[in-house]
Amino acid sequence: MADGFNTSSRTKVEAGLARRRRKEHLFRAFGMAATMVGVFFLVAFFWTLLGQGSSAFVQTFVDLEVEFSEEILAPNGELDLAYADFDGVARAALRKKFPDVSGRNDRRALYRLISVGAGYQIREAIEGDSDLLGSTQIMTVPAAANVDMLMKENIDRSVSEDRRPLSDQQIAWVDALIADDSLSTRFNSALFTNGDSREPELAGVRGALMGSFYMLLITIALSFPLGAAAAIYLEEFAPKNRWADLIEVNINNLAAVPSIVFGLLGLAVFINWMGIPRSAPLVGGLVLSLLTLPVIIIAARAAIKAVPPSIREAALGVGASRIQVVFHHVLPLAMPGMLTGTIIGMSRALGESAPLLMIGMVAFIVDVPTSLSDPATALPVQIYLWADSPERAFAERTSAAIIVLLGFLLVMNLAAVIMRRKVERQW
Amino acid sequence: MQNLRPLDEYRRMRDPAGSNRSHQSPTVISSSLGNQEERTIEAEMENTGAVGGTTDSNIDAASETLGNVRCSDPYIIAENIDVFYGDNHAIKDVTLEVAKNQVVALIGPSGCGKSTFLRCLNRMNDSIDSARVTGKITLDGQDIYSKSLDPVALRARVGMVFQKPNPFPKSIYDNVAYGPRIHGLANDRAELDDIVHTSLERAGLLKEVKNRLDDPGTGLSGGQQQRLCIARTIAVDPEVILMDEPCSALDPIATAKIEDLMDELSENYAIVIVTHSMQQAARVSRRVAYFHLGKLIEVDETDKIFTNPSHKLTEDYVTGRIG
Repeated sequence: MADGFNTSSRTKVEAGLARRRRKEHLFRAFGMAATMVGVFFLVAFFWTLLGQGSSAFVQTFVDLEVEFSEEILAPNGELDLAYADFDGVARAALRKKFPDVSGRNDRRALYRLISVGAGYQIREAIEGDSDLLGSTQIMTVPAAANVDMLMKENIDRSVSEDRRPLSDQQIAWVDALIADDSLSTRFNSALFTNGDSREPELAGVRGALMGSFYMLLITIALSFPLGAAAAIYLEEFAPKNRWADLIEVNINNLAAVPSIVFGLLGLAVFINWMGIPRSAPLVGGLVLSLLTLPVIIIAARAAIKAVPPSIREAALGVGASRIQVVFHHVLPLAMPGMLTGTIIGMSRALGESAPLLMIGMVAFIVDVPTSLSDPATALPVQIYLWADSPERAFAERTSAAIIVLLGFLLVMNLAAVIMRRKVERQW
Repeated sequence: MQNLRPLDEYRRMRDPAGSNRSHQSPTVISSSLGNQEERTIEAEMENTGAVGGTTDSNIDAASETLGNVRCSDPYIIAENIDVFYGDNHAIKDVTLEVAKNQVVALIGPSGCGKSTFLRCLNRMNDSIDSARVTGKITLDGQDIYSKSLDPVALRARVGMVFQKPNPFPKSIYDNVAYGPRIHGLANDRAELDDIVHTSLERAGLLKEVKNRLDDPGTGLSGGQQQRLCIARTIAVDPEVILMDEPCSALDPIATAKIEDLMDELSENYAIVIVTHSMQQAARVSRRVAYFHLGKLIEVDETDKIFTNPSHKLTEDYVTGRIG
């Protein structure tokens, strides 16, 4: 009897083996294919991003022999930093380089080779050292974005003149500058030190970066303690009844609510009702906190649930109170999971742009915010704004801003990994 | 009656169930961190429900517990205890007395309510929302379910050792020092050191871990972990120790060590132990209580239960016909 049973089940098992193996191979192949597709798109993404964005990290500059002429800067004998004609100094320097350019239109075309930033730079120089007045200095000023594009071969010399932003004459001047070694390519520090600008060569992500930073500061300061407290209460203290179920369903729903709805809520509550200034990182941070709270609560609850009940019983058994059980035993074990959830929430918050459109953070803001209530934009909004700009030079800056955003994300996640390592127990 | 063996024979037998279970990983706790660990209490609840649904002609709902539920100089008195998990009547009208310096073993088939009863004695059932306890339990004359008594204070007096060794994921030292720390039993570090050393000594673990008190408690073997849990319990200096199948995850050698330990501890503590092993009950206990489907069928001196039980169900169980 036992023998018969054994033989028949053995043959049955063996008969099925080939099918089982086939299934496994099929599944593995499918999994590998899925991974390959993912990797392919990732590589394609980084390839285009780096290909288009890396050139924005360098910028073309022009060496000019600038004469800080008293005639132009201080016609009344006194230098007025607010009204002095710094542009005129830069233009004079350019005219000196091309003395045979005459006529209003030609001159105007010539002036367009350098950035309006040249004037600011001259002003800053003289502000720092007023002895410069009357002297002549070699200054390196940013070239106009179109010159930069020509140097980076983003403007095709072969297309007809009326279809390109630089005229033949301007290209000839640029070539002349190249010939006498006045053009140089340097690291584009403006990208990191300036706020937004209408001139691509002066536009930077610092304003957006600071805006995002302030917002995340508020978001983490609000949503982590609130989310953790809510999760602890719901898991460890709240009675498990119909109300608890209702709350759970609602939290899960909130996590899936489109973010623009949170933006509208923020507009109604924080700006219209509470009167917090619009475009401020404070409002943005509050809205993003609302957005990330459900994510953090869900992750934290899962982490708390995963702590074995035997640990709780052990602590209760030696006479720990419930709050001691939570803080001495459950939280330390749940902390890595809670941190992971928080980082996922923060990453989502960093990448959100839709709710920020609703609360006025999509504005063109040149100043770098220095406090929580200054008007600001955020990195994803900056990307959106630049992607919308017609100038060719903004295209590469869009990619550069995406690279900066990814870098920000990477730093944040690295910090999270390090923090996780610290709180994670080795046993 | 001819199936009954002399008590000595029970005591000599090595627990077959114990050795069968020894292949179970004793490090379940550490490996199941962050994993779903089955909630033993809830499993028990379901068992009780499943068994409770069937009718058993052998027990009469109104029948009295046979033997002698009373004892001289009782320390814990449980009177007419009923426990409900929601609609499920898990413990039915149980009355039992436990004296100091005595080991009482609770035996019975799975899901009979013995663990549930044990957990009433330190109000561990409080942590289950659906559990409701009626009746009266006094500890040294004090009603432990009275509103004025904080379960925290109660659990400092009634320690508990669980089925699976469950050391905290902390160092050996911190495991033992945790109770004294939260209750403020030591005034300074030296006193705490002293408590930790004494507790480990009395749990018979000091020799093995003396030089690695800072190592994680979860790195010990299963038997050592369980003794660590016992040391953790006695560090709070309780009056009663409850043990819920403390050896079911241990091999016979570790089991023998824990049983010796129980013998020694019974000199100072009242011990109530739940066990599935009749041999263990015979070896360590003075009195035995037999539970069946939530009812306490019979309580008597250990000798009496194993050699001359009064109830047919008790006899069937101790001779291995049910359970």
